[in-house]
Amino acid sequence: MRKPGFKVFLVLLTLVFFALTVVGCGRGGGTDSGTSPDGGEKVKVGFVYLGSPGDAGWTFAHEKGRQYLMEQIPDVVTETVENVSDADAERVLTQLAENGNKIIFATSFGFMDPTINVAAKYPDVTFLHCSGYKVDDNVGTYFGRMYQARYLSGLVAGKATETNKVGYVAAYPIPEVIRGINAFTLGVREANPDATVRVVWTSTWYDPAEEKNAANALLSVGCDVIAQHQDTPGPQQAAEEKGKLSIGYNSDMSALAPKAVMTSAVWNWGPYYVETVKAVMDGTWTSSQYWGPMSDGIVGLAPFGPMVSDEVKSLVDEKKTLILNGDWDVFTGPIKDQQGELKVQDGQVMDDVAMLDMMWFVEGVEGSI
Amino acid sequence: MNYDFLVAVLATAVVAGTPILYAALGEIVCERAGILNLGVEGMMLVGAVTGFIAALSTGNPWAGVLMALLAGGAMASIHAFLTVSLKANQVVSGLALTLFGTGLSAYIGKAYIGMPLPNPFRPVEVPVLSEIPFLGAILFRNDPLVYLSFLLVPLLWFLLFGTRAGLNMRAVGENPAAADSLGVNVFATRYMYVIIGGMLAGIGGAYLSLTYVPAWMENMVAGRGWIAVALVIFATWNPVNALIGSYIFGGIHALGFRLQTLDVSVSPYFLKMLPYLFTIAVLIFVTRKNNLNRIGAPKALGLAYDREER
Repeated sequence: MRKPGFKVFLVLLTLVFFALTVVGCGRGGGTDSGTSPDGGEKVKVGFVYLGSPGDAGWTFAHEKGRQYLMEQIPDVVTETVENVSDADAERVLTQLAENGNKIIFATSFGFMDPTINVAAKYPDVTFLHCSGYKVDDNVGTYFGRMYQARYLSGLVAGKATETNKVGYVAAYPIPEVIRGINAFTLGVREANPDATVRVVWTSTWYDPAEEKNAANALLSVGCDVIAQHQDTPGPQQAAEEKGKLSIGYNSDMSALAPKAVMTSAVWNWGPYYVETVKAVMDGTWTSSQYWGPMSDGIVGLAPFGPMVSDEVKSLVDEKKTLILNGDWDVFTGPIKDQQGELKVQDGQVMDDVAMLDMMWFVEGVEGSI
Repeated sequence: MNYDFLVAVLATAVVAGTPILYAALGEIVCERAGILNLGVEGMMLVGAVTGFIAALSTGNPWAGVLMALLAGGAMASIHAFLTVSLKANQVVSGLALTLFGTGLSAYIGKAYIGMPLPNPFRPVEVPVLSEIPFLGAILFRNDPLVYLSFLLVPLLWFLLFGTRAGLNMRAVGENPAAADSLGVNVFATRYMYVIIGGMLAGIGGAYLSLTYVPAWMENMVAGRGWIAVALVIFATWNPVNALIGSYIFGGIHALGFRLQTLDVSVSPYFLKMLPYLFTIAVLIFVTRKNNLNRIGAPKALGLAYDREER
């Protein structure tokens, strides 16, 4: 007679061992808990991440914001959950609320409906959802006007290109990405009316090797500056290897491609997190759809590389001042689309709704949606 | 489409296909011996991160390859223990290995994210051969790991179809009971090829972190392990077909990107779908009974071998 009992036990034991190790790794990310040394009560803040800070991109930028929050408000304890899929978001959000987190930041578009659902069950918890459009009494949304930083980085690219061809590696044709490409192109052509921006879609947010591949394709047709809307620095590395220039995105990408990166259009969530947590603690927070301008510090440019001349810097500063003062915004007419049709009349400023729905390319973009 | 365009696409296809090729060769060896290992993605990730760390700390990319090989083998030995010794479900164990590898590689690599590798493999032109028109530019201006894969394909093909060891491997995958009765050690054979398969997957992962990108980023394998698993079926468990298949799988994106730069509007989604469409077509063909023997799908694939159930 065979006795399967022992073997089944061994299989289970090995699987449990795996599972524990994986859970252990996942949790390595940074769960801080406890009370302050003086025994005072701390406010618990939860963060739900789509990826992990190891992506050197989107989630990394949010993680830096969380760290900034911890530095600025010592009375805060944070709990983070990494690598949360859209399907699992509702469970994770519920868990964070059950754990006593009073403020929860859901940092991915796909968490929108789960956030609304869970928020309805926990009315005394404040939920903030990044990049979505659904709100409730205790749910607000937040995002930044990245197109303003994109425009400024476009000025740098336009001045730098010698072939008058700028390449742009982009993930998916959605309004957020298209808006960025358009703003960037307006910047490029402000600095250099002869230049064009060539777009290649990768249909992935996260694949360093493919993103690099796409950048190489752009370099091979004569583009000498590479910009991107992806989650990794793959395109920057392609530019570095070929001795060309590039504009980074998400966070300062100069460390990975020091000879190529002139500047990066960066997210800076820290100040927003600090302000929001303070508002909730003071009881002054009310639900809103926050689309933060550059003057709030939520988006910006990373420090310039040594290859950027003072002339270019002062051009960027000049436009930056206009944007920061609110005297001028990027999508101010006249703006033509790819077919040469006037989309925004001279002197007119595009409203937020039109910007959020943008599904057309401005003149000077080469590629199709 | 001119000459330069074609050369550029094909040259990129070779580079993009190489990590998939290593992993697929490993999986072919493993499946030929009758064990399905769905942990390829996890083994590649662990190979990528350990290879990167070893190359960075020793200053020698070959040390990275060696490390990736050992790490991939170690990962695979877990699968071998579970499926060969404990006769666990191969699908479950393989999936667990992928989850485990994803978590483990992220944990090990935390401090190395986004660090540049000062000493990656660089392209080396092969004298004489690189001067061959067309083929020279595509095949012989690559890095050493690509050349290694060129050698590996005929070597594995010969091992599989030209040697007694290969015959034993296939026998174990086709009919382990018969092989056992002829004195082949089924358990040792399966252990060996599962581990060799893991080693090759490890090198495939390291190719990404040592040459292609080259840097460590979490989850940087980005699904190539799964493509390799599909490719094995596409290649009908034959190393030579795997070479062709991996260049098609790898090259299809490169082609898509290049077409976009020429304003040829082909949906990137459509191109992305193609390799899987091919795989489904092959699957349909393979599963027709009278094609089975000719194609060489291992009959005992996925089944645990138990001497007492003979």
